[in-house]
Amino acid sequence: MGIETSCDETAASVIKNGTEIISNVVASQIESHKRFGGVVPEIASRHHVEQITLVIEEALQQVDMAPAELSAVAVTEGPGLVGALLIGVNAAKAFAFAHQLPIIGVHHIAGHIYANRLAQEMEFPLLALVISGGHTELVYMKEHGHFEVIGETRDDAAGEAYDKVARTLNLPYPGGPHIDRLAHESINPVDFPRVWLEEGTYDFSFSGLKSSVLNFMHNSAQRGEQVKPEDVAAGFQNSVVEVVTSKTLRAAEQFKVRQVIAAGGVAANKGLRASLEREFAEKGVPFFIPPLKLCTDNAAMIAAAGTVMFEKGIRGNMAMNGRPGMEMDSWI
Amino acid sequence: MIYLGIDTSNSPLSIALAKDDTILIEETSNLKINHSLTAMPAVEELMAKAKVSPAQLTHIAVAEGPGSYTGVRIGLTIAKTLAWSLKIPLHMVSSLKVLAANGQSFNGLICPLMDARRGTAFMGAYDGESLESLIPDQHSDVREFLLQLKETGRPVLFVGTDIELHKEAIKEILGSQAVFAALQNRLPRASNLIMLAKQSAEQDVHHAVPEYRRITEAEANYNKAQGGGES
Ligand SMILES: [Zn+2]
Repeated sequence: MGIETSCDETAASVIKNGTEIISNVVASQIESHKRFGGVVPEIASRHHVEQITLVIEEALQQVDMAPAELSAVAVTEGPGLVGALLIGVNAAKAFAFAHQLPIIGVHHIAGHIYANRLAQEMEFPLLALVISGGHTELVYMKEHGHFEVIGETRDDAAGEAYDKVARTLNLPYPGGPHIDRLAHESINPVDFPRVWLEEGTYDFSFSGLKSSVLNFMHNSAQRGEQVKPEDVAAGFQNSVVEVVTSKTLRAAEQFKVRQVIAAGGVAANKGLRASLEREFAEKGVPFFIPPLKLCTDNAAMIAAAGTVMFEKGIRGNMAMNGRPGMEMDSWI
Repeated sequence: MIYLGIDTSNSPLSIALAKDDTILIEETSNLKINHSLTAMPAVEELMAKAKVSPAQLTHIAVAEGPGSYTGVRIGLTIAKTLAWSLKIPLHMVSSLKVLAANGQSFNGLICPLMDARRGTAFMGAYDGESLESLIPDQHSDVREFLLQLKETGRPVLFVGTDIELHKEAIKEILGSQAVFAALQNRLPRASNLIMLAKQSAEQDVHHAVPEYRRITEAEANYNKAQGGGES
């Protein structure tokens, strides 16, 4: 069983043998955070308490066995919002204790990567692009349980930049899908800068691009010029897509990987998806994105990562805590 | 009947097990360690010492708040998940009432208090004999609440680890009407929680949520922006 509460989704899932989804329940809070234009941590925590046992129960109802027959309980230990993580961690501990099951603390990004295993088997060496509202990372894996973060964002996550740009365009929260949709209507995209950072790095930066968009909007307004929102959306998205695609491609070549996978909510972005698929097809490198339901936060991915940890003998205990700044260590 | 009681609603932690009318074991600490780290290990350890297995538990009792938002959530999450997993009843008791029980038999009112910063606190007033709630639990300006207590004209016993922070104001407003609990009687005790839980109704586990007694800052700001009050 997997449990995930690191941000604004309360989720529980049961999977079999690490690859087969039996149930995958996600209660989203997007509606309650919309009016605030983003996730309010205290409200997220309050919702998790309201939902947690309902969500676990629903996940178990689809399983034809007693809870005590589960092999283990895997829960997101970090990173994430501390108050939100605590709900999942403590519910998982109480559930595991009640049924005397082993408990395993899973890194959220490892979960995103292992979501792939629920769609197709992973092949190593592997490169994973994890791109969402909370993270933008390139992770190299030699084998199961080995993680090397070779690139990450130095400021905003890609999804955060999408939300902020969406806000200046008066688009509703969450902004990603709206920008993606608008971008496809543009005939004459604005030319925003590409932020490559210093040569050779796989790190990302999105706050400069975000500022360019804000400046552009501001200057246009001062000159009394009408801007077409679709041109701004497309210009912004083009810049993100070009930098992310190019860095992912270069990393895949340098590390000579046999498989590239993308995960996280932003991986569902049509513009980014199309660009990555086209480029990797050209290079002849197998490239996968799990189905949307597995890209966004869910607990099946936590169970999938937890299964591999379980097989490697990793166990948590009742003193497990939520770790908002958890590092991505390999499972050795 | 075996009750497990959990109070993590403020910085102290208290866990107890009671079998029928006997308190088997109780642990109360005030070490200011994150409850998320300590609560479940304490439950596990006390149950092992008392030789009680999870399947033997018949009731879960939890302090529902008010108090620290994170603290009450940890206690409630553990309690409702245990109760739901074990298919046993969940009982919730006001965290302030649990504190008030420390002073039971006092001839007057009992006022449990938990500081909530900026001159405010979570407070309530209970009858010293029956522990019946006389002034509902609330998040209040401390001085305003003290004025309400003064009007009763009755002696008031103050309980809680935070009363020291407001001692001056209490003495100033209530004078000789105010009595302060002895230092050793200021921590919440899960044994009291269990005794109070026995008189309380069973809760619907899925819908059990903390009694925060205060809306979030984001909601308060939002309401203000919408031209409404802080309701
Ligand atoms: Zn995520």
